[in-house]
Amino acid sequence: MSVHTLTVDGMEVAVPEGATLLDAVRAAGVELPTLCHLDGLSPVGACRLCLVEMETSGHLQPACATAAGEGMAVLTQTPQLQHYRRMAVELFFAEGNHVCAFCVANGNCELQDVAVAVGMDHSRFPYQYPNRRVDASHPRFAIDHHRCILCTRCVRVCDEIEGAHVWDVANRGGECSIIAGLDQPWGEVQACTSCGKCVDVCPTGAIFRKDDTTAEKEANRERPQLLRSAREQHQWQNQ
Amino acid sequence: MTTPSKKLRFATVWLAGCSGCHMSFLDLDEWLFELAEHVDVVFSPVASDLKTYPEQVDVCLVEGAVANVDNLELALQLRQRTRLVISFGDCAVTGNVPALRNLWADVDGGSRQSVLDRSYLELADIGAQHPHAPGIVPELLERVRPLHEVIPVDLYLPGCPPSAERIRAAIEPLLRGETPAMEGTAMLQFG
Amino acid sequence: MAATPQLQLRCCAASGCRSAGSAALQAALLAARDQLGGAAEAVTIKPVGCLRLCGRGPLVALDRRGGDGQEPSAGSTELYAELTPEQAPALLAAATGLGEAPTAQRLDPAHPFFALQKPVVLEGCGVVNPESIDDALAHGTYAQLRRVLLECTPEQVRDQVKRSGLRGRGGAGYPSGLKWDTVALQPPGPRYVVCNADEGDPGAFMDRSVLESDPHRLIEGMAIAAYAVGAEQGYVYVRAEYPLAIERLRLALRQARGKGLLGSGIAGSSFNLRLEVRVGAGAYVCGEETALLASIQGQRGTPRPRPPYPAQKGLWDAPTLINNVETLTSIPVILREGGDWYASIGTEGSKGTKVFALSGAVANTGLVEVPMGTTLRTVVQTIGGGVPGADGPDGGVKAVQTGGPSGGCIPAHLLDTPVDYESLKALGSMMGSGGLVVMGETTSMPEVARHFMRFSVNESCGKCVPCRAGTVQLAHLLDRFVERRATLADLERLEELCTMVGATSLCGLGQAAPNPVLSTLRYFRQEYQAACRDPDQCEPLDACVLQEVTR
Repeated sequence: MSVHTLTVDGMEVAVPEGATLLDAVRAAGVELPTLCHLDGLSPVGACRLCLVEMETSGHLQPACATAAGEGMAVLTQTPQLQHYRRMAVELFFAEGNHVCAFCVANGNCELQDVAVAVGMDHSRFPYQYPNRRVDASHPRFAIDHHRCILCTRCVRVCDEIEGAHVWDVANRGGECSIIAGLDQPWGEVQACTSCGKCVDVCPTGAIFRKDDTTAEKEANRERPQLLRSAREQHQWQNQ
Repeated sequence: MTTPSKKLRFATVWLAGCSGCHMSFLDLDEWLFELAEHVDVVFSPVASDLKTYPEQVDVCLVEGAVANVDNLELALQLRQRTRLVISFGDCAVTGNVPALRNLWADVDGGSRQSVLDRSYLELADIGAQHPHAPGIVPELLERVRPLHEVIPVDLYLPGCPPSAERIRAAIEPLLRGETPAMEGTAMLQFG
Repeated sequence: MAATPQLQLRCCAASGCRSAGSAALQAALLAARDQLGGAAEAVTIKPVGCLRLCGRGPLVALDRRGGDGQEPSAGSTELYAELTPEQAPALLAAATGLGEAPTAQRLDPAHPFFALQKPVVLEGCGVVNPESIDDALAHGTYAQLRRVLLECTPEQVRDQVKRSGLRGRGGAGYPSGLKWDTVALQPPGPRYVVCNADEGDPGAFMDRSVLESDPHRLIEGMAIAAYAVGAEQGYVYVRAEYPLAIERLRLALRQARGKGLLGSGIAGSSFNLRLEVRVGAGAYVCGEETALLASIQGQRGTPRPRPPYPAQKGLWDAPTLINNVETLTSIPVILREGGDWYASIGTEGSKGTKVFALSGAVANTGLVEVPMGTTLRTVVQTIGGGVPGADGPDGGVKAVQTGGPSGGCIPAHLLDTPVDYESLKALGSMMGSGGLVVMGETTSMPEVARHFMRFSVNESCGKCVPCRAGTVQLAHLLDRFVERRATLADLERLEELCTMVGATSLCGLGQAAPNPVLSTLRYFRQEYQAACRDPDQCEPLDACVLQEVTR
């Protein structure tokens, strides 16, 4: 297996062929915030939090969706990147209705965590208060679109791991929304196997178990990666 | 003993919030005695009986969002009379629960009418009617706003409520004339 | 003996003139010919594509050919504008020398609007019948395809394209020859060629005009491109808002297949090519190449991060050549006249010609093809005639918008800028696909910026947060300037957010969305400042805040 050598914030790291810049950044022990990325799912490069600067060109690239190459040099913590990241998180908060106080995911929410990571003590952008829906038609789970950040992890895990493709994205721009089936109530979508993977991978409290209340949601965000390595490398958790 | 003249003039204000932030402040328990050695509480719903916001306040903790004309008036007044204004808790910082009615800002009648109808007509058991007491019950603003959209804010202390430890960690450096480091989960996490 | 002069009326049948009633006019001409009989019966009445001066349609060109069937020279052609069906008999009578021509409607072909144009891409527009392959063949279309299939290797074709210096006409200006090489030199396997005809910029109608006027030339260009990169399957992605273009393109494809110019063993060679039309569903973002490819594959039309570029991994992960209509339509001429000939037109960095759709506050609205390097002043004032009813050194022009929602506003004092990729970029605008909107002195720049920002809000695909949520916040900020309730802090935030959205958005749409704001801020900052509340009038502070909060 061939290896690529590159530098992350000046530190030399070696990663196997096929690794992403995010793998390289992690190999260097550097923490990079992510929201749409999840190990085990295909990358989409949508949340822009893991943008890194290519040292020579100055271009910004999403670490999750960029292949690591020999001799690359990336910077992850320039003041400019930190500035952009905080603005991106503020934009996330401002476009939805994220009220941590009574959220099912309070204390176990990646959006809440990245807000801390980027030092967001308030949003400079006024909150938009979109009037969105809550779909509680599924017997065990519910989706509260107010808390959705459109990371599409649910779409990908259902399509790529569960193979049911219950979820998709409808509309565009700020009107985008996750839909079940052909924009049906979730409980009426027969393709849903009720496996709960979408609940597990949701970074926020948008998709949750109905019997959980404030701050009770537990997520299992390692599940896609475990399933993928089980299938592809025949490595199981109990081995 | 410290002389009174060196004490900071300290205030707390309660706008549209549940007073949970003030309860959390009271959770500081015996540290409040220590605080009292450094500050004079010149205005506070929990530690003073004054009705008018005084002049020349050094530090003010402002709990709650700006939801009605009284909130607005007090916010503007305290800004003019205070050196350091702190957005105290998620309602002041983000609007939080009181601002949820903004979801109906764009529907017919707006958020003000929607929330009044819901509260006083739709959910009334008997005698459904809107409150009407001009000059006594303050008018609601059409949109609930976080404090910094109304006045400039110097420090943000999020949390619903901010824990007593977080409040103390934010105030203690101020007493020494230093700026607190607002970073990390202990100091910043919403909720 | 001198043969009877042949008379031909070319009636524009493209969208602009059709909306002005060209179909009724053509029907009236045919009816009048039947009625008049005699000499009139010898007049050919032919539907053609765009005759350029769209703003004064319906347009009709009258050719008085010599007896030897030569192409009409400029001197023997008369051009008429804004004709009504009632004037059809008079026009025919004048053509046959039996009456007075409607002189009020007669245009001067020597006017700079026509005289300064250099038709290369538009060579056949307004000349050939877009619905007749026989007419296209008679005008030499497909001759270069036949020739290169018989005489040239794919390398030789790519070499001519490289020599021509042609750069992508979709707006970004990537060197076409380089792109073709990249696709051709990928490891063996299937390849695709795609034509981007999803022309979505407001004020842009160059590609539509080509598709409606001369579709066979595009097909020929695509087939040559496919041969040059080794593709056997191609797609033309046209936006659904262009029904006439789609209809004519589909007809042209059927005709080309019927003549053996598409399909298997084209023109007796071993080269095969299947071309299909894919119709968009109303998303501007599908003009972005990765979103366009996703859409062709039947997926949601959203962009993906590059690299890999489509030239490496495109349709179904195969190397894919994607070029815009104007780029591909330039190809047959380049091969006919040679890459060096094409490179001799234009400037050092930007070779050849560029087609512009000239609109807005300008006397002559329409389609203009000029050599690269022509100044904006020539295009807007000499060719375009400036703002109607205005005079002065800049002809009443306040600014020229290029590049649509991704471009910027160039102020009148920079009108002497030559039109080329680098010059426009240096001014904070971009070449874009060729929409050129002229703005008069009464235009408010914050309003222009907000107009384009709202466009981006509506057209953002919603995939990445800077574009999805950032443009919404930018539009709200711009509202404050348009409504004159902004503050200097808003101005600061506006610039800050523009920079962030531009730097961090996933695709070109988001990255360029702040350009209309940034360029108007650069040249018309005083208009933004004037829209800020005067702090002196805000004493006490309360008054302003109250006004803001209680509104």
